[in-house]
Amino acid sequence: MWILNFLTSSLGKKLIMSLTGLFLIIFLLVHLIGNLQLLFGDNGEAFNVYAKFMTTNPLIKTTSYGLYFFILLHIVQGIVIWLTNKSAKQSRYAVAPKNTSWASSNMATLGIIITVFLAIHLWQFWFKMKIGAIPPVNIGGEEYTNLYAVVHEAYQNIFFVIFYVVSMVVIGLHLSHGFQSAFQSLGLNHKKYTPLIKGMGIAYSILIPLGFAIIPVWMYMMH
Amino acid sequence: MINLDPKVPEGNLGDKWTNYRGTMNLVAPNNKRRIDIIVVGTGLAGASAAATLGELGYNVKAFTFHDSPRRAHSIAAQGGINAAKNYQNDGDSIYRLFYDTIKGGDYRSREANVHRLAEVSVNIIDQAVAQGVPFAREYGGLLANRSFGGVQVSRTFYAKGQTGQQLLLGAYSALSRQISLGNVTMYNRHEMIDLVKVDGKARGIIARNSLNGELTKHSAHCVVLATGGYGNVFYLSTNAMGCNVTAAWRAVHKGALMANPCYTQIHPTCIPQFGSYQSKLTLMSESLRNDGRVWVPNKVEDAEAIRKGTKTALDIPEEDRDYYLERRYPAFGNLVPRDVASRAAKVACDEGKGVVGTGLAVFLDFESAIHRYGKSEAHSKGIHNPGKEAIRKLGEEVVAAKYGNLFDMYLKITGENPYKMPMKIYPAVHYTMGGLWVDYNLETNVPGLFALGECNFSDHGSNRLGASALMQGLADGYFVIPYTIGQFLSKEIRTPKIQDDTAEFDTAVKESQARIDRIMNIKGNQSVESFHRRLGAIVWEYCGMSRSEAGLKKGRQMIRDLRKEFYADVFVPGTSAEFNPELEKALRVADFLELGEVLMLDALDRNESCGGHFREEYASPEGEAARNDKDYTYVAAWEWDENEPKVHKENLVFENVELKTRSYK
Amino acid sequence: MKLTLKVWRQKSKDHKGSFENHQVEADDHMSFLEMMDVLNERLISNKAEPVAFSHDCREGICGTCNMVINGKPHGPSKGTTVCQLHMREFKDGDVIVIEPWRAAAFPVIKDLVVDRSSFDRIIQAGGYISVNTGQAQDANAIPIEKDTAAQAMDAATCIGCGACVAACPNASAMLFTSAKVNHLALLPQGQVESSRRVRAMVKQMDEEGFGACSNTGACEVECPKEISITNIAAMNRMYMGAVIGAQDQV
Repeated sequence: MWILNFLTSSLGKKLIMSLTGLFLIIFLLVHLIGNLQLLFGDNGEAFNVYAKFMTTNPLIKTTSYGLYFFILLHIVQGIVIWLTNKSAKQSRYAVAPKNTSWASSNMATLGIIITVFLAIHLWQFWFKMKIGAIPPVNIGGEEYTNLYAVVHEAYQNIFFVIFYVVSMVVIGLHLSHGFQSAFQSLGLNHKKYTPLIKGMGIAYSILIPLGFAIIPVWMYMMH
Repeated sequence: MINLDPKVPEGNLGDKWTNYRGTMNLVAPNNKRRIDIIVVGTGLAGASAAATLGELGYNVKAFTFHDSPRRAHSIAAQGGINAAKNYQNDGDSIYRLFYDTIKGGDYRSREANVHRLAEVSVNIIDQAVAQGVPFAREYGGLLANRSFGGVQVSRTFYAKGQTGQQLLLGAYSALSRQISLGNVTMYNRHEMIDLVKVDGKARGIIARNSLNGELTKHSAHCVVLATGGYGNVFYLSTNAMGCNVTAAWRAVHKGALMANPCYTQIHPTCIPQFGSYQSKLTLMSESLRNDGRVWVPNKVEDAEAIRKGTKTALDIPEEDRDYYLERRYPAFGNLVPRDVASRAAKVACDEGKGVVGTGLAVFLDFESAIHRYGKSEAHSKGIHNPGKEAIRKLGEEVVAAKYGNLFDMYLKITGENPYKMPMKIYPAVHYTMGGLWVDYNLETNVPGLFALGECNFSDHGSNRLGASALMQGLADGYFVIPYTIGQFLSKEIRTPKIQDDTAEFDTAVKESQARIDRIMNIKGNQSVESFHRRLGAIVWEYCGMSRSEAGLKKGRQMIRDLRKEFYADVFVPGTSAEFNPELEKALRVADFLELGEVLMLDALDRNESCGGHFREEYASPEGEAARNDKDYTYVAAWEWDENEPKVHKENLVFENVELKTRSYK
Repeated sequence: MKLTLKVWRQKSKDHKGSFENHQVEADDHMSFLEMMDVLNERLISNKAEPVAFSHDCREGICGTCNMVINGKPHGPSKGTTVCQLHMREFKDGDVIVIEPWRAAAFPVIKDLVVDRSSFDRIIQAGGYISVNTGQAQDANAIPIEKDTAAQAMDAATCIGCGACVAACPNASAMLFTSAKVNHLALLPQGQVESSRRVRAMVKQMDEEGFGACSNTGACEVECPKEISITNIAAMNRMYMGAVIGAQDQV
């Protein structure tokens, strides 16, 4: 089958990494915009309303299944590429060459750390919500899951705050290569526009993780 | 005396090839499938021949000692390839290319071969473009040309300074295609170490697999050698380290003749030697002479000061410089042919005016070009009254655009910036016009053994013009041998597959193994490299840019002594049954040690000066080469004999051009 | 200058390799390979095995030489092959670590010599224009824009040395393959079969056991001919277009 041959070729695998990566990049932005509501200082009302919307709206729900799938695909494919690449290289040089950015040659390591982060992150908030382990809260006469309370409680723990901030640095590094790399894999490289894409990539990889990192720090300091 | 019949077809010069092609014997497609051809060497000539023969339907087996066919030394040709396209409308024609080549070769090549070369030159460019060779182009999208030394038209096609590379990659791609189609079987890392004859015909080779040292037998209906030149007999040359004469020399041992071995081209613009450890010399393209001016200091004191480092070129005022090429050859100036330019450099250095420590270098100066280009660039950019610095900067930019990669290479090798300081250059061995004797069909005197490209002797006489080597290699491979090989093979269609389990092949393997064992078992004290270095020094000293009877006789004896010493005291580490580069080198040097002697003998036999062969005894009062057309209008073809090599002669007949004294004054 | 060399020695593909230390005296004018020659001459005079290394033209064009010097393929100078690297780039007392290209698709033959025949097979898969000798039309029949021809030339300058693979943390051959794909696709003569070519060459590249490109850009940094990774992007584009657009099922 041509499509299987294509997707399992080295270029096809990259294409998958690139497309799923770009999807996750967009997801990060949406996720951040939603989460910034944690900082409204309204005891989490806006955030809880938003959380309910995100978990009940059929369109969002459908998209979220796509998201789970893409995250998994990105991880699995990443590991497959990492393993084949390791076996293609076989052995390393005695003197480490300095011809790449650190992030670009350590994408797999960064990716694994992010996966671990993701597991903890999901377990802490998403999973608890899914199994209904979070107490409800009444906002304007309607009942909402008080996700805000869980988040608020978590960010009173300095270790969690540090863990989140460090994880964001890791995501930033992953993005710093991944953003522009996704475009290169799609064949979008142009003398005039590639510098622009690279610039955007750097900006994105700083601003988005910074935005996420501010939340726990802010909530920790405000308590 | 062997009768050397050139088999030149009858008819007018311009019609010979066309008529011959139209009437020669063909091999039918169904028979081609049953015929095997061995092609040794995968440079321009070999790769193009193997590819084309494969396309025609023959079973081709191609051999290279390199790890890939793409490594052949054709790849290093910089300047370009000639073709009589007359795209520039400057009066070029097939006849003019023919005439320039005959004249440039100092009337020592075969008319009919050279004319055929000029004829097919135009097809080569077509073929190369169709293969995707990215030649330089004009803004209108059509092909660009430049001029080269020794001619007055622009007929040289080029791809930056990497024309040889691009043409070789073109031939390599055609070869790769035939390999993938199964028409050519490629044997990488296989070095031919013997030719096998069956009933007097070339029927196969013995090749050593360099990965494991195994001697392998390969049979075919005929054998084509395209194994390049023997410039490395001089040790220091612009050739690649691996270039060698072994395949051709093994053929000589089996009865082929080595023609005009003393015709060696010394290229005038190479980076001079710096130390005793030096392994090779690097060419700076001849195209540099389009803009560079060659000079030495007028006063020996100045030259001495430069050699000691107390002065530099910039300290020598204009009036104390001798632009000797412009002075001696006003008509062609810095663009005289290679042999003339090289000899003039030697004369200047012999007078004590050399400009590096060894005393062996002259300046190639771009100052006036930088100035000239800078001014015209300022003018075209509308800068009025530009300052000196501004002119320099603009001029350097123009020069960088034209020769940037060559200047960078010079800087890398010497550590000196050629934009600020004149380059230092000196002649170096570059190309060998001599080679295996072949007739019009490119067949040697051994039936079924063909020689193409630099490996044969046929087209360049005693001096090759710039940008003609690529032309000849590809002409032979793409457009000549595919036809002429039919003259031999059409008589072989009833010959069944040649078997390699016969006595002839077994004997050849045994002899090769004995030769290897002999060298391995010497276990002496000197390295192969040291012998090669000493051989090169002898050949360069006595058979280099100028030669004399006494010197040649002395040189010959020295080589014979060195050969004896080699077989008594060489040390080759390791074993013969493994990957062993030292052994490969030893086998090649052993052959060079024989060829060197023949070089001396050939130069001694030729009591005249012509092209690259300059005998001190035969010079005009102004020191120019003096030919002797009455007695030496012949090809000297040498038969090897350990004690006394013998010469055979083919008289050159000139029916179309008048033999004149070459003058570039 | 006095140098300490740590040279990789390996008897064959099936043996384990290790570093061997040597002291060498060099001077500024020497090329790196001439310095290796000096070492080998000394080893031979001591009846020891010289270090096997690949080399031929020694003017930076044949692509034979290959050494990783202090972690960098072809050594520290930009846009330079080992054979053009000169000792003036080093200083007295330097320790120089010399290793072969390391990649599964380039097995070691001996010491620093590796087998790069995988590159030949990639070219054989489709790195050509299918034209027989004699079929060509006049060379000026199809004009090609000067800049396009120049771009094709830039891609075509690849010398097939394998430094891109050696430099790549994934041992990917994307720069090599894409340079050839792009060189031919840019020219009208090569455009005709570019869809078939790119699919065939990528397939062969994968079969040879090279890694996948992760866009680290190391290849571009170490390429002695400074071939750009824009070629890789162009090949990605071409490959997608070719696979998705092709009529056949392969």
